Amino acid sequence: MIPLPLTAPPGVVTADVLASDLGCFPTIDDYVELVRAFKDDHFEMCVDLCVVDYLEHLTRPLPDDVKATRFEIVVNLLSLSKRQRVRIRVQAGDDEPRVPTLFHLYPGTEAMEREAFDLFGVLFDGHPDLTRILMPEDWEGHPLRKDYAVGKIPIQFKEAPGPR
Amino acid sequence: MSDELTVRVAERSDLIAAETSEGPQGLQSRSATNVDELGRELGAVLRTSDLTLDPNDVDYERRDDETMIINMGPAHPSTHGVLRLMLELDGEYVLRTKPIIGYLHTGMEKTGEVLSYIQGATNVTRMDYLSPIGNELCYSMAVEKLLAIEIPERAIWIRMMMAELNRITSHLVWIATNGMDVGSTSTMIYGFRERELILAFFEKTAGLRMNLNYVRPGGVAADLPDGWEDDVLVICDTIYERTFEYDELLTGQPIFRGRMVGVAPINAEEALALGVTGPVLRSTGVPWDLRRTMPYLAYDQVEFDVIVGTYGDNFDRYAIRLNEMRESVRIIRQCLEKMPRGDYRSQDPKVTPPPRARIDESMEALIHHFKLFTEGFMVPPGEVYSAIESPRGELACYIVADGGPKPYRLHVRAPSFVNLQAVPLLMRGGMLSDAITVISTVDPIMGEVDR
Repeated sequence: MIPLPLTAPPGVVTADVLASDLGCFPTIDDYVELVRAFKDDHFEMCVDLCVVDYLEHLTRPLPDDVKATRFEIVVNLLSLSKRQRVRIRVQAGDDEPRVPTLFHLYPGTEAMEREAFDLFGVLFDGHPDLTRILMPEDWEGHPLRKDYAVGKIPIQFKEAPGPR
Repeated sequence: MSDELTVRVAERSDLIAAETSEGPQGLQSRSATNVDELGRELGAVLRTSDLTLDPNDVDYERRDDETMIINMGPAHPSTHGVLRLMLELDGEYVLRTKPIIGYLHTGMEKTGEVLSYIQGATNVTRMDYLSPIGNELCYSMAVEKLLAIEIPERAIWIRMMMAELNRITSHLVWIATNGMDVGSTSTMIYGFRERELILAFFEKTAGLRMNLNYVRPGGVAADLPDGWEDDVLVICDTIYERTFEYDELLTGQPIFRGRMVGVAPINAEEALALGVTGPVLRSTGVPWDLRRTMPYLAYDQVEFDVIVGTYGDNFDRYAIRLNEMRESVRIIRQCLEKMPRGDYRSQDPKVTPPPRARIDESMEALIHHFKLFTEGFMVPPGEVYSAIESPRGELACYIVADGGPKPYRLHVRAPSFVNLQAVPLLMRGGMLSDAITVISTVDPIMGEVDR
């Protein structure tokens, strides 16, 4: 396993996610500190930030001490100098997911966090411009949530029994 | 009667105002924008811990009526799709920029959750429509990692060759449209002429010119056609020769150089902070190319150079793409030499459908065929992030599998989406006419930006 940076705050649970990537499971309070520690440890780039809605898998296998919540923020950091990736998975909450922004550490997360807000309704504290980015401004709901209905038109087959 | 008419006019103008009004997504006046957002729109990127943006530095008090906010796009010909920019101008100079996207959003990540892993390739291939092979490759590699299957050598080399051919077509379209953006309309025709050669080869191999659905989990859809060596050799020779024609057409031309050299520079720290990848990052001198730095497929077995720039300006980005085409030709020639024999897809019956002939004689094959195309194959639970170097930068697929036949979550890290954030920085202080070259050299593909 890749050793954690020396500056990592205590209490952060780590696990091998896949053979190549290191996974970290900080709490919301430790989240920004951990990312800052990685940034100081030559992880120059935040390549990706996305959200997963685990509505159908609320009890999924996670390392001990990590309490699974419905929404999970997944941040992928990349170190160019070490040629390493690290994946940070934050349990963001069940009903009103809310995490601090990474904008002040990595300005490139601005659009990704806006996308996460738009499609999942995750709030990012301190984000400069938390508006919808892909959906129209007056859209209701957050389409990538698992309980967001996919648009369907019910079709009744002609031969099917039942009321006409 | 006349009263009624006035009312109708008023309603109509209200309607027009409502249709064209700028909602919260648009560029707001300076007084209505917070400091962080203002800094972002002005292109101030670097934030070190002990340096905060001073509102006085960004001319916060500038009166709104001295400048003009204009709207460019979403149907402007130079935006290569449906990118909309809102620009704050001082005369002819750009002060602030905000790209507004979402006009091509079709919910592909949501669609990915209702398609099985076999069908998924047809979905992702439509994201970056200029490099479909890259999308399929990235998706297939992610699924294969989850399945923990090995694919045959020949499939690896076919994938690599097709990906490089695709890189050339993508860069050719870029050179063509970029040439037209700066006024060299003949380049448009030449770029598309050369691309036609490769698209014809794609059609011969996969049956389609674009959105091929050729690379699939487990291998590729079909073996290379008979006589492919000759076709590919002709493509290599022609493209390599023609790249020098572009040199004559563009590289040395004073008007072209005037539009490109020294225009819209970005430095390495800014590019890294913004998460920018691909030719835009390499133009700043950072030698980061996933084919070299984190090799996938068989890129560690071929020789090629990673092209880097120095100044991070438009011209560097142009030169990098032009030379990457030559490097791609070099890789394809090595693929021609080293192409191994054997299967073009994995023979794991749980993943690969059986050949048509086997279905008539084997009950097993019939069952497998039926199960694969009705239900799809099951992928063990897990999550994976798999990245490749697409013509535009790091293209990655994050898949969460829950053991079923469909991905639980399919997220695509689109390089254009992230690179687009560099646009305000690149445009700062430039002329409005340079804005067009900036969009062009960042090379966003809106299908990928909006997904």
